[in-house]
Amino acid sequence: MTANAEPIGSPDPAAERAAAIAAFQRRDKWRRRLPLLPALLFTVLVTQVPFIFNIGFSLFDWKIVPPTDPTFVGVDNFVEGYANPFFLNAVVVSILMTTSAVLISLLVGTGLALLLDRQFFGRGIARTLLITPFLIMPVVAGLIWKNNMFSSTFGVLNALLEGVGLDTVPFVERWPMWSIVVVLVWQWSPFMMLIILAGLQGQPNDILEAARVDRATGPSIFRQITLPMLRPYMELGVVLGAIYLLQVFDQIEVMTGGGPGSTNVPYFVYQRSIGGGWDFGQASAYAIIVVIASIIIATFALRVLSSLFQRDEAV
Amino acid sequence: MTLTARDRVLRGQSRWGTAALGTVTWLVAALFFFPVFWMVLNSFKTEAVANASPVLFFEPTLERWEAVTEVTRGLLGFSEAFTNSFVIVIVSTLLVLVLAIPAAYALSINPIKNWRDVLFFFISTKFLPIVAAILPLWIIARDLGILNSQLVLIILYTAMNLPLAVWMLNSFFGEVPRELIEAAQMDGTGLFGQIKDVMLPIVAPGVAATALLCFIFAWNEFFLAVQLNPVDSSTVPVWVTSNVSTRGNFLAKLSAASTLAVLPVVIAGWIAQKRMIRGLSMGAIK
Repeated sequence: MTANAEPIGSPDPAAERAAAIAAFQRRDKWRRRLPLLPALLFTVLVTQVPFIFNIGFSLFDWKIVPPTDPTFVGVDNFVEGYANPFFLNAVVVSILMTTSAVLISLLVGTGLALLLDRQFFGRGIARTLLITPFLIMPVVAGLIWKNNMFSSTFGVLNALLEGVGLDTVPFVERWPMWSIVVVLVWQWSPFMMLIILAGLQGQPNDILEAARVDRATGPSIFRQITLPMLRPYMELGVVLGAIYLLQVFDQIEVMTGGGPGSTNVPYFVYQRSIGGGWDFGQASAYAIIVVIASIIIATFALRVLSSLFQRDEAV
Repeated sequence: MTLTARDRVLRGQSRWGTAALGTVTWLVAALFFFPVFWMVLNSFKTEAVANASPVLFFEPTLERWEAVTEVTRGLLGFSEAFTNSFVIVIVSTLLVLVLAIPAAYALSINPIKNWRDVLFFFISTKFLPIVAAILPLWIIARDLGILNSQLVLIILYTAMNLPLAVWMLNSFFGEVPRELIEAAQMDGTGLFGQIKDVMLPIVAPGVAATALLCFIFAWNEFFLAVQLNPVDSSTVPVWVTSNVSTRGNFLAKLSAASTLAVLPVVIAGWIAQKRMIRGLSMGAIK
């Protein structure tokens, strides 16, 4: 623009060059952005637009059974939603289920990784057997544990209990949530193991060597060298595990159908909407509460991920 | 992956200690694998044998395998479910790669200014609980007339896996040495040539690992399938649950169906397990 305003015949080379550079930078900026746009637009369209609909729905009283026309009720759905004791119960189940499954999986997974981090006969096969639970379809995991393992009539666990002369226990009926946690731990320990194993195998030899030279003992090497080095891997495992385990649905659906004390928040929201409640207004309000809670958790989790990144760049 | 004798000494692992711990590892591995083993075993039993006190030895039969694969008209059968699953999973995985490869290029190789924010936007969408979107998705799909179609699952599985793929490919692309690309540019190689001759050979394993994880997550997905496409064009997880019956015994039949359902992913995972270790740690930490 400035270049055009200059009178012809007395060109200002500096201004012309600045304009050319600005134009080039603009073009370059868009040239860089272009490959990103399809993925970005697709993600915004499919993942963000539904939430905008939700905000609208949540302000109406809108039930399908019995059929009612949507009427505007403002924030009533939110006020009612918070007071619902079943919702509060689901929040407690979500917190308990996620933290226990993530932490136990991390502990078991670290143990498995330490066991695998040595040369022994058939190591590859042992690792293959250990990662298999993570590959199993979640509905299948829930179904085979419920019917083949936990069942009081034809389950293996109860056959073992009977074998040593104890009474059979209807595991899923007596401890619905903890039975689900067992299945989650069975599936996610191998995941944690894979991540920790990647960390263990990245241990630089020279540091271990220096420690040996200094006559450090096994346990102190583990506490002072191995464990701090594994920390970022553990953090990554916890964050990724939490993302998926907060949203557990399949195992609950096939094992207890949300039975006593095993309804987490996602399952609760589902039950209020197309899972039987058909109370669209109320369900949307719950969905928004869930999204806000997720954003708070995500902010924290992303900070952890981001710190992993910085460390990576600093190296 | 293999540890040398030197590594062993440095890690303080004596020969006998190693042998003892190796045995422990084997026992734990067998324990973890047991439910899968039992599922396969039960699939070769008759319902009468499976629905009694658990036994290890019995006369194996393929009867329930035949029952589970036989065609019932009008219901979601074995072959329809597998065809639907393969179509949906393969198309969505290809779509993910088509969208994610250029995006990862714009984030790592030739990065935009605020690439870090964009990357975190992608990963943050994974924190939004899908259940909170299911009602609007159901209404939108119904109004577009794509409820109960393969298309609705293809679109949603692509969206579900895209953030993970962008994230993983971004870190794999970050490993392409900048000097190599600059050298190619100096030689006057065009963008296409740079991608084909310089980048692709380096990132190919990463792309394969990414595609595999997308395949696994899409193949195993149940919630969206059962809500948006539960009838005749549905997928394998929905078919598996249809083998649970409230009348009569179903344990052997369910075990046979489950074994079939997990087979493609388990085999793929076994073959690519080393790649997956890299993929799952996402190269975020090297």
